Amino acid sequence: MTAALEAHALEFRYPDGRMALDGVELVVDRGHRVALLGPNGAGKTTLALHLNGILRGSGSVVIGGLELNDENLAEIRRRVGLVFQDANDQLFMPTVAEDVAFGPANLGIDGDLLDRRVEEALGRVDAMALAPRPPHHLSGGEKRSAAIATALAMEPQVLVLDEPTSGLDPQGRRELAETLRTLDVTMLVITHDLPFALALCEKSVIMDDGRVVAEGPTKEVLDNENLLRRHRLEMPFGFRAGSSPG
Amino acid sequence: MGAGHAHALYVHEHSLVHHLPPQVKVASAIAFVIIVATTPREDVWAFVAYGAAIGSVALFSRIELRFVLVRMLGILPFIAFASLLPFVASGEQVDVFGVAMSRSGLWAAWNVVAKASLGAATSIVLAATTEVPDILAGLNKLKVPALFTSIAGFMVRYLELMVEEIGRMRVAMASRGYDPRWIWQARPIAASTGALFIRSYERGERVYDAMLARGYTGEMPDLRRRDPSRRDWVVGSLLPASALIVALLARVIT
Repeated sequence: MTAALEAHALEFRYPDGRMALDGVELVVDRGHRVALLGPNGAGKTTLALHLNGILRGSGSVVIGGLELNDENLAEIRRRVGLVFQDANDQLFMPTVAEDVAFGPANLGIDGDLLDRRVEEALGRVDAMALAPRPPHHLSGGEKRSAAIATALAMEPQVLVLDEPTSGLDPQGRRELAETLRTLDVTMLVITHDLPFALALCEKSVIMDDGRVVAEGPTKEVLDNENLLRRHRLEMPFGFRAGSSPG
Repeated sequence: MGAGHAHALYVHEHSLVHHLPPQVKVASAIAFVIIVATTPREDVWAFVAYGAAIGSVALFSRIELRFVLVRMLGILPFIAFASLLPFVASGEQVDVFGVAMSRSGLWAAWNVVAKASLGAATSIVLAATTEVPDILAGLNKLKVPALFTSIAGFMVRYLELMVEEIGRMRVAMASRGYDPRWIWQARPIAASTGALFIRSYERGERVYDAMLARGYTGEMPDLRRRDPSRRDWVVGSLLPASALIVALLARVIT
């Protein structure tokens, strides 16, 4: 079986000379949900921007057996749904429905088929009611749902979420985890929110200084206090991965 | 989010005018304003007829006249400027309530006031019956370059976020004991405008990335497709057509 997502020897240097990715190796199997953990500045978001070719470094990115290159950039972007950290960056159209339609319309879908795509994508995150509303009048949780729907409308093979819980209240976080669990799609979830990672992802990968430094079942990774501490991560006070509901 | 957002000018109703395709309304409004602007100022009664025409469109759209009049206060600066003209213009002087005024100045003032009021009323009625995204879509269909309409669209979308950001910066300044009220205290405001520019610029880059991630190739997809029927164009042409008849009649009579 081909993996849903592979990155090999990925290197990227920002124009100011800073090494953001320093030989990243990452494989995500089809149907899995994997948490990508790491301190600020570890290169997590930079990696996400490489997965659909917005940033291009050296090394290779393979999505569902298709290696990213200039010719198949459009197909790769269809296969990888990216949900950005700030939903305000993702929702730029006048209404939620138009925003959700933006991606599939770029793929050349129109008419009834496009309407159906929009309904379906909003339905999957239980946000049908948001369709006619302008994004700047939505709550944080609603914005997040709408942003995820914009990515789902492309019918991606892999959903990459960058800090999906930032700005959500505890209930919003729980509802988001519930929604994401119902989606039948491979997921890479970038987060600092370790309990969220534990609740959602069976596997976790830790990135630091531009490379993958550890990976394993989420419970084991989060139980390894030394490992967490070495990479500026820690469970919230009073939590232990082993004893928390997973 | 407070008042003053992008839709403050829109009146939610279900009139015939509201339901016309936006490009028809935009074209109709532009044609009407051109006819108004090119009517000689001496054809006074033509302007009265124009006013009645745009007033009836407003009534027909179920917009209260008060709504239009209150928003027309926006042209007060022009009226203030125009009211100076009779006093500063040269030429033949006439006596108005015992005050000497220039005849050509009076005409010039009337010209500015009449045309500015009608132009403002037209755009208010257009904005009250058409949501901003629709106006932009309409302009797009009328072959205004997509670059301009996209820029305007993003401005509308992100204006409120920018206003919020300015609000937060102000709070941050006030929290550290700086509450500028006078022009000579403007230096930090200028500095924070620079910061705001950088933030907006960075957001622009992130939004562009988000667009690329969903297959953007340089052209905005056309999502508000509603091709006007012949009937729509006929209805839309009623306003400029009647204005044109008035203008021609005025030429013949005077």
